[in-house]
Order: sequence, then structure tokens, then C-alpha cells
Amino acid sequence: MSRSAEQRRGWGFVAPALLWTLAFFVLPFAVMGAMSLATLEGRTLVWGLSLANYAELAEKAYLWRAIMVSLEITVTVTVVSVVLAYPLAWIIAFRVPARWQRLALLLAILPFWTSYVVRSYAWLLVLAREGVVNQTLMTLGLISEPVTLANTRFATVTGFVHFFVMLLTLTIYANLIQLSPNYRRAAMDLGASAFQTFRHVILPLTLPGIVTGAFLTFVLCIGDYVTPQILGGNTELTVPQVIMVQLGRRADFPLASALAIVLMAIVTVVYLLSARWLKLDRL
Amino acid sequence: MSRMTIALMGTTMLNLTAGAAFAEGEINALVWCDHTDPGLIEPFEEAFGVKVNLREYEGTGAALALLEQSRPGDWDVLVIDGIDVFRAVDAGLLAPLPAGELPTGDFFPEVVMAENNIVDGVTYAVTEKFGYNTISYNADKVDPADMQDLASVWSEKYDGRISIYDYYLPVMGLAAIANGIETAGIDGESLEAIGGTLGEMRARAASVAGVVAAQTALATGEVDIVVGGGEWLTAVLAEEQPELTWTIPEQGAVRWAQSIGVLEGSENKDMALEFVKYITGPEGQARLATSSCFWGMPANARAGDYLSDDQKAVLRWDQQQDYLARTQLYPAPDTDLDIEMQDLWLDTLQQ
Repeated sequence: MSRSAEQRRGWGFVAPALLWTLAFFVLPFAVMGAMSLATLEGRTLVWGLSLANYAELAEKAYLWRAIMVSLEITVTVTVVSVVLAYPLAWIIAFRVPARWQRLALLLAILPFWTSYVVRSYAWLLVLAREGVVNQTLMTLGLISEPVTLANTRFATVTGFVHFFVMLLTLTIYANLIQLSPNYRRAAMDLGASAFQTFRHVILPLTLPGIVTGAFLTFVLCIGDYVTPQILGGNTELTVPQVIMVQLGRRADFPLASALAIVLMAIVTVVYLLSARWLKLDRL
Repeated sequence: MSRMTIALMGTTMLNLTAGAAFAEGEINALVWCDHTDPGLIEPFEEAFGVKVNLREYEGTGAALALLEQSRPGDWDVLVIDGIDVFRAVDAGLLAPLPAGELPTGDFFPEVVMAENNIVDGVTYAVTEKFGYNTISYNADKVDPADMQDLASVWSEKYDGRISIYDYYLPVMGLAAIANGIETAGIDGESLEAIGGTLGEMRARAASVAGVVAAQTALATGEVDIVVGGGEWLTAVLAEEQPELTWTIPEQGAVRWAQSIGVLEGSENKDMALEFVKYITGPEGQARLATSSCFWGMPANARAGDYLSDDQKAVLRWDQQQDYLARTQLYPAPDTDLDIEMQDLWLDTLQQ
């Protein structure tokens, strides 16, 4: 086969993915970028190269606050989810007999099978003043009257963590299961304690799985609208919630697009910071 | 021409013909969730032999954006917030309606809303349902006498026990009324006082909730009061939890209204108009008023003939004259004021 024929064949293989990416990522992104530079004058959309929508971030405190709230919630969720998912993945990978591991993983991801919205409303009922958590704490005598758990940041973080622990368990488990037991044996033979083995051998080797899962958690969490809307009680607003307000009544697509671009910029920075450890092919 | 080509052409023609026939037997309506109750739509479909395709939306902006991105003929009917009819008219989206064929003569006079539905003497929409953004509460948990004064609703006594309805226009309307400002008179200067009251409400509130979340919060005891609630919030819960009720305080409250119209681009205007006439007729009105999504007063007073005594009691049918007299249509700001109000609302939520 000639070189040019090989090249054509190569493009033929790449073309579907390339077209898909162009049609469903590059083009929409370009439209959104252009929209963020347009303005809404009265009810008329005026195309142009205005930075007015980005300037509003500095002028309107609630927009800046929304970015901070989104970041605070996302970082909290990511850290808590990693801390909870790692031991779970560890137990499934190394403590559960091989023949039961599939079942254990199935049980770990079982909540994925229910609707995301229904699951969020279920958490609202669980965390309500007369919900299971408050009733249990009162029965145990730990509190004398119900505490406010629903419609708070705690509720939003809880709803997110419930979801993302499942995701992270899968990515970390996939990483752990690939580790040869010889690494641990060698470390032990050389006199390392269990903690030292974990700290200096296992953790560095599983870092790609952790970072990959954490990055996916960050991306999905910072752009999520449903969970903070249902569980957060609008006591503070995240960026996706503010975007929805801009669209709902006034259809201010330019400002909404600018906010979406800001979210993408944040995700890009996080990607660049974590790129060294990101191994998406290990999923 | 090969047999295969002929067969394909024949199949294509058949599909096109069938498609055209099917299209004539359908209308597409962009609606609020109360129109999706089969009990409301099926009688019309059976009577006219058509299929009504429904799509729900939230927020006039979202609906107008959807319509402007659609092809002419995609949509036939639009349900829209009464205060926003002029926006759809300005955008050239609504078709004139034959005023003489609409039953507005049977309507409660206060909700005909000619100033909203008629532009330059042309009727573009007709009111179909209305209700109140006022105070919903749990009568077993709060003192009903307190609910008669807006200031006491968000007083220290109910700290952490109230939820605020998550829509800035009616809630800011209530805040205006609490300050003795008419909703129609809200301007840039009055926003300072309204903002102060919003801040008081926000400080006492456990949540700022949409329809389902507010209903859930009230029904589960998470909160005992919903500011901005009304019959639309508690009526569907009345059968199981009669203690959940609503009132209009002494200072008054805000009135909402929704309108229905035929879209200019509709290719099935006659059937769309029949749908509007059905919805605004007595039977359709009774069904719409008691829709499974949310209840509300029918604009057509003759709907009372089709409502049971229990349904009328939940809707407070006999008190409507008093309520209509004591409530004001919720604010309908122009673009600049709307931006200011929305900014103030979001600022308050983020505090």
C-alpha cells in the first residue's frame, strides 16, 4: 500500500471521531464563546466583541460569590469522596475474596441505578427535621431537638458525595487491582511497616487512579445544577444555578454563556494542574 | 427505473402522505405543567380527533428562546405568564384571536386583563387561570392570627420555619405590599425598601424553594410557612393534610395569572383556536383549575357549574370577590427594572 493510501486510510479511521468532536464540542464551544461576547440590549441580542458580560463578574458581587461557592463545594466534595472511596476500593480489591468482588462492586454502584433527581429528593427526606437522621440522633439522645440538615451546604455535599464515592470507588479499584502483590511483599521484606508500604509504594502507584477519579468528580460536580437546587435550598447559589436564573425569565444567553466559559476556564486550570497524573486510559 | 427505485419512491410518497395527514391531526402546545394532566387534554382529543403534543417549560425567557429557534409551524399554542403576553406580541409570535368567539364575558372581570392580553386593540391572548402568591402555612404549627400580618410572618417568632418561593417577581411584590408600595408602582427608588424587607425574609428563611421543594418542605414539617405560596401550593395536598392551608393577609397579596394564545406561525390555527376555546370554556376551565400539577382559580366564572363543593371549598370560591379586591397583579417590570430586581434578588440570596 502506498504512503498516500495509508494516510487516506488513517484519516478514514480518524474522521468519524474528528467530525463528532467538531460537531458536538468545537462548534458548540465556538458558538458559546461568540455568544459570551454578544450583549442583550433590551430584549434584542446584539452580536459583537464586547467584554461587558465578563466585566459583570467584577461588578456584581453575587456572580463572584457564586464562583466561590461552586469552588468551595466542589473541592469539599472531591476531597471527602476520595477519602471515603479509597478505603472502600481497597477493601474490595484486597480484602474481599476474588469471587465476591464483582458482587461487592455491584453493591457499591447500586445507587447509580436510581434516578439522580429521585435520589436527591430522597436525601431531602432523609435529612429533613423529621427525617431518619434527626429521629435517630434524638432517639440516641445525642440531640434534644431536630437540627437543620436539609436545605444547607451540608445537604448538597452529602448528596454529591453519595454519588461520587461510587464513581471514585470504580476508578481507584481499577487502579488497585492492576497492582502486583509483589510490590507489597517486596516492601514488607525490606522491613517497611504497613503504613510505610502504603505511603511510599501503594499510594504513589495508585495516584493516577485517584487523580483521574478526582478530576472527573470535579468536572461533574462544578457543573451540576440538580443537586444544589434540590438539596441546597437556594440558601447560596452555585454558578449553574445563576446561569439558570439568567436564562429562565430574561433569556440572557450572553451572560449565561460568559458564566459557562468561566466554568470551562476553571476546569481547564484544574486539568492542567492535574495533567501530570491523569491517566484516563486506565479507566 | 429499477423496481427497487420505484419501491423506494412509492414508500417515500406513502410516508409523506401519511405524515401530512398525521400533522393535520395534531397540535403542538408549549405549556405549563398544569396542562399535562390527561384529564384535561383527553376530552379535547376525543372530541376533535386530534393529538395534542405538550411540552412543558419554565420561565418566559426560555419559552421565547425556544420559539424563536423553532421553524414556523412547529408550535400552535402557547401558555404564557399574563404579564409577559406583550413580550410574545413584541416578538411577533402570537396571532390575533377572534375576540367575539372567546368567553371573556363569563370571566371574573378583574382577570380579563385587557391591558395585558390586548395590544393596540387586537386580542392576542386570553386569561385562563389565576391565583395568589401569598402565605401558605401549617395551621397546626403556627398561629393563624399571625398569618394575617405580613410583618409577623417573617418575624423572629418564625425564625428558621419559613421557606420563600423561588421566583423574584411575586416575592418582591409581596415585599412591596408589606412596605405599602403598589406592585404596579415599583421603581428603582422603591427597591431599597423592598430589598430591606427581602433581607429580613431571607434572614428568617430555612430555604428558598421551587414548587415541588416548597410543597415537600411544608408537607414534611421542614418549614411551617411558605412566603409566596397559595392555593397552587397547598390545594393538591389538602385531602391528605388539611392543616396545610393559605390566607391573604390584611395588607393584601399578589395575584398571578396565566394566558393562552395561538402562535402566528401555526399551520393549524383553526384547531389551535378550538383548543383555546376548550381551555377557556366552562368544562375545560374546571379541569384546568383542578389539574394534578397545581390548582388555581379558573378565569371563567361558569366553571363553577363543573366543580364540586369540595373543590370550590379548596379554591375558596366564595371568597374570590374579597380576594380579588385585596390583591394586586404581580410586578411587570420593564427590561431595565427587571435586571435591577433580579440582581437585588440574587444579591439577597447570596448574603
